[in-house]
Amino acid sequence: MKITEALEIFSQTHPGMVRSHNEDSVACEPAYGLVVLADGMGGYNAGEVASGIAVSVVVTEVSHGLHDASPVDRDEASGVELGVQLLRDNIQKANASIFHAAESQPQYSGMGTTIVSGLFYDNRVATGHVGDSRMYRLRGEVLETITRDHSLLQEQIDGGIISIEDARLSKNKNLVTRAVGIDAEVVPEIHVHDVSVGDIYLLCSDGLNDMVEDDDIQSTLYAMQGNLPLAANQLIQMANDNGGRDNVSVILVKVKGKFSVPRGWLAKLLAWFEK
Amino acid sequence: MAAKLILSMDGAVIKEYPLNKERMTIGRKEHNDIAIDNLAVSGEHAAIVTILHDSFLEDLDSTNGLEVNGTPTKKHFLQNNDVIGIGKYKLKYISDLVTQTSSADFEKTMVMRSPPKQATPGENKPAETPGFAKVPSGSKPANTEVVEKTGKFEALKPTGPAASGQAAAPVTPSVVAKPALQTAAPQAAAPQRVAVVQVLTGPNAGKELELVKNLTTLGKPGLQVAVLTKRPQGFFITHVEGESFPLVNGQALTNQAHQLNEHDVIELAGVKMEFYFKG
Repeated sequence: MKITEALEIFSQTHPGMVRSHNEDSVACEPAYGLVVLADGMGGYNAGEVASGIAVSVVVTEVSHGLHDASPVDRDEASGVELGVQLLRDNIQKANASIFHAAESQPQYSGMGTTIVSGLFYDNRVATGHVGDSRMYRLRGEVLETITRDHSLLQEQIDGGIISIEDARLSKNKNLVTRAVGIDAEVVPEIHVHDVSVGDIYLLCSDGLNDMVEDDDIQSTLYAMQGNLPLAANQLIQMANDNGGRDNVSVILVKVKGKFSVPRGWLAKLLAWFEK
Repeated sequence: MAAKLILSMDGAVIKEYPLNKERMTIGRKEHNDIAIDNLAVSGEHAAIVTILHDSFLEDLDSTNGLEVNGTPTKKHFLQNNDVIGIGKYKLKYISDLVTQTSSADFEKTMVMRSPPKQATPGENKPAETPGFAKVPSGSKPANTEVVEKTGKFEALKPTGPAASGQAAAPVTPSVVAKPALQTAAPQAAAPQRVAVVQVLTGPNAGKELELVKNLTTLGKPGLQVAVLTKRPQGFFITHVEGESFPLVNGQALTNQAHQLNEHDVIELAGVKMEFYFKG
């Protein structure tokens, strides 16, 4: 199945109930199975600038890199798949762009952004993230986070300093330990997961998961899996009903079929004719 | 402004202690940060570890133990207005962040990093925070992080050594405890009246479904689904998927959510249900 047929993608973003402007940015490139979400930070409109640069660099550059190459091609030197390599390189490229913009223009000084991105190919998804924007996966009835926040709170949870239940009461929710554009370099966290037909992937900014319990996210995705726009709308509405203290953005990706990369000369030839 | 503890006995305030150190001890002996000279208090009775805005209380194997809000505890994540009881003494924990910064500022996401990371592009430093990014359980994280604000956050100005006495300076615990914390999850105030839908027709007639969750599904995902959602302004029914749209009082729903009134009759796939409040 072609990736555009195998995946249903829907994204939505909302400034929330408190903030006057939206510092989140979302972008999708269905032709390459690429979804990117960023939550910017910085004074005035610098947050929007940072998140905007991040998603546009990653979407443009990854798409460009896949224009006449396959994401399963391996780099000869490192043996890393092109899909993974492109995600990593271009999050770093976004980092450099934001860092330099912030250095050269005083009004953007100190701006930065989180990022979470997914590149779906060959029945897998490569995830690349920095900061506390998340990717969840609903498989069957089970909702799991498949990214781990780069935040003080997550480190405290990992270190056994605070329990997951208590973490919800923490006042230290807003501290990220890694961000795009703050330093000259950044290390994106990249993982590759197998994808099953029926999976739903949710990328979101912390405006969602700080305001809405995972249980409610799960029940929404499960009940509304047949209607992604409604599910996205419901998630945002729940965040806003609970106070909407931050911008809230979601990207939903539903896997409707297999999307193997054609291998072998015959499959490639057939794929070529399909274009 | 730091969170603070107010020491009192029999309702009379004795002293206030700002929580301005990463670890403060409470005990009978003089070297404690909060020294209470009373025989019911152990030499080293308890400690409070503060990490940015969060403070954790733990019992240091005291003879007579600790109470928080009347409940004996070994370890507790302090919340605003908690009252710690040690013998006849009370320590009230005050951490009212709202008075310290505007809430909008408080919630802005910020980046933590270590001070030498003012990296210029030429320096080529790795962006990962060494010693902090992956702290194994039980080890002590490097104590050098400062908070660098990217939004406006007055209470957390980037701190140098001079500011280390302020509570805002991030501190990391020197005692890493096992996660055997008692949970104190806040329960939303229970609504007095429970909304229910009662099935009126078909084999399940008479059955009641209490709408206690924020989202209740009617039907079967993949086939015919409507959801009932609980919102601050009331209950709503929304068509999710399936060929036929549910009816409310005989009227078919549109793609919009529809607010339910008491005694509305919902009809979904031929089954009638009544929505009402109980109790």
